Amino acid sequence: MISFSAFVKRFLSDPVAIGAGLVLLVLLLMAVLAPLLAPQNPYDLMQLSIMDSEMPPSWKPGGDDRFPLGTDAQGRGVLSTIMYGTGISLLIGLGAVVVQGVLGITLGLVAGYKGGWIDSFLMRLADIQLSLSTLMMAIIALALFQAAFDANVYADYAIIMLILVIGIAEWPKFARTVRSSVLGEKKKEYVDAARVIGLPARKIMWGHILPNTLTPVLVISTIQVAEAIMIEASLSFLGLGMPVDRPSLGSLIRSGFEFIFSGSWWITLYPAIVLVVLILALNLMGDWLRDVLNPKLRRGED
Amino acid sequence: MAMLDVSDLHVAFPRGKSEVEALRGVNLTLEKGERLGVVGESGAGKSMLAFAILNLIAEPGRVSQGRIEFHGENLLDLSERDIRGIRGNRISMIFQDPMVTLNPVLTIGTQMVETLKAHRRITDAQAHRLCVEKLKQVAIPSAESRLDAYPHELSGGLRQRVVIAIALLTDPEVIIADEPTTALDVTIQAEIMALILKLCRDNDVALILITHDLGVVAEVTERIMIMYAGLCVETGSTRGIIRAPRHPYTAGLLKALPQFAGRGARLYQIPGSMPPITALPTGCAYHPRCDRATAECRSRIPPLEHGHACFHPLDQTEAAS
Repeated sequence: MISFSAFVKRFLSDPVAIGAGLVLLVLLLMAVLAPLLAPQNPYDLMQLSIMDSEMPPSWKPGGDDRFPLGTDAQGRGVLSTIMYGTGISLLIGLGAVVVQGVLGITLGLVAGYKGGWIDSFLMRLADIQLSLSTLMMAIIALALFQAAFDANVYADYAIIMLILVIGIAEWPKFARTVRSSVLGEKKKEYVDAARVIGLPARKIMWGHILPNTLTPVLVISTIQVAEAIMIEASLSFLGLGMPVDRPSLGSLIRSGFEFIFSGSWWITLYPAIVLVVLILALNLMGDWLRDVLNPKLRRGED
Repeated sequence: MAMLDVSDLHVAFPRGKSEVEALRGVNLTLEKGERLGVVGESGAGKSMLAFAILNLIAEPGRVSQGRIEFHGENLLDLSERDIRGIRGNRISMIFQDPMVTLNPVLTIGTQMVETLKAHRRITDAQAHRLCVEKLKQVAIPSAESRLDAYPHELSGGLRQRVVIAIALLTDPEVIIADEPTTALDVTIQAEIMALILKLCRDNDVALILITHDLGVVAEVTERIMIMYAGLCVETGSTRGIIRAPRHPYTAGLLKALPQFAGRGARLYQIPGSMPPITALPTGCAYHPRCDRATAECRSRIPPLEHGHACFHPLDQTEAAS
């Protein structure tokens, strides 16, 4: 383990970590404060005008100062939609990881601690889940959902559906990570000692073993947020994600894609850059965490 | 009736289609406040015995036969819930290595309070006060502040004191100490052993001291049980056995102690090593290493009679020399 002050010290001495952390902080603030900062509310149809559609960025001829990064086909400012869309993407990413984490940690903990047929059953279930690609499962589930309900209902519940679908489809990654840590931990004597004290299995699992397995969980959580945002963007790009009137980064890229050959490249390019930067920062952060929290990779610094 | 009465205890592990036995019929009695030493080489089944008493034999092993009566109640018949009420409450255990028996990510206080709360309805304030009191009993300096410490912030000796404090927390009737000083510095060992002895005496707690160190046993216990390959080979009063062992194995163990050898003399060594439970010889398990073995020893397991399980015990005069 590493103490908190050593952790901060390591963070401050690593430029990559600081960079990734800053980028994430900026994007997070931008998303959270979007209603205050954004020049326009893209959800408010009263503020939109079709006359403003497909304007280039403000420094280009024909650009308008109200829309620094230009507008899309509905006349929404690209900058404003990006600010709001980043929030939706992050919300779905974090939400999906919470779902994955709750499912995966619970099942992984039970599988690893109980062993026997419970373990075999849960891990085969995980194998089956992993053999079906997440994207395929999400496409099937969301297509059925879209077909079953009308567009308005779908628009209202799209965020929740995406969080659930991505969360459920990706639980095996958490479950496997937790299970393998539990298998290592449960042989340790403090577990015997906890049993000798007379604690019930439930308390030993959640109170004693789980805290000792949180390091790898923290690492994959970071990377899974990036993964979930990517999946959501892919689904939105395929038209199965967020609806056009509440766009995420993925739906923004998609909505601009139709216009890319007519010269309106900004509608797609800017959200794409934000998405790439966001994913990159999350992955760098995850890698850095893995290096710092893994004592085997530490280079005798602290 | 004895407080703890273990009779004909067998513990078996599956091996292929058959089973091998790690304990092959062990008897043990313990009175209130009595101190019993269980002595034997590694693999003799000492720790197995301790875990069996708490009904904690790890899968796939199982208690295949026997009774473990605690105040007349067979612990093997109890439900998991009921046995949990006894573990760590009326019978607690101290492990060998305090470096690994405390959970590294929880504070000392969390682990102590948790033990209390598992067995008592108690408020946080009461629990806290009791923990501090027990830490003071095991002579931990500035007990109050140690509650917030993590195990890695304490030295080995202090950690073992914490483990002992946890074992005493619920005022148990029996403490099973499984080699409690083996992992500690030699200088700390005597201190910890003296502490365990004092606490057992003061609180009238019975002690089962599992060790391979006859010297420690001689100082602390009243009775001894010598184990070899899953069986008890000799039992009796500590004083009697140290003075005049009857079983050749016990005699060999005693001869190997430096106290009994002449100054500068080469220590005695029992030839060979203990057979693994998967390849026990026929008859007395000790016969291949024994210089008194006869055809009878090779064919039949000697029963435990008059405190020893041997067909050709050392007689009193021979043993005392």
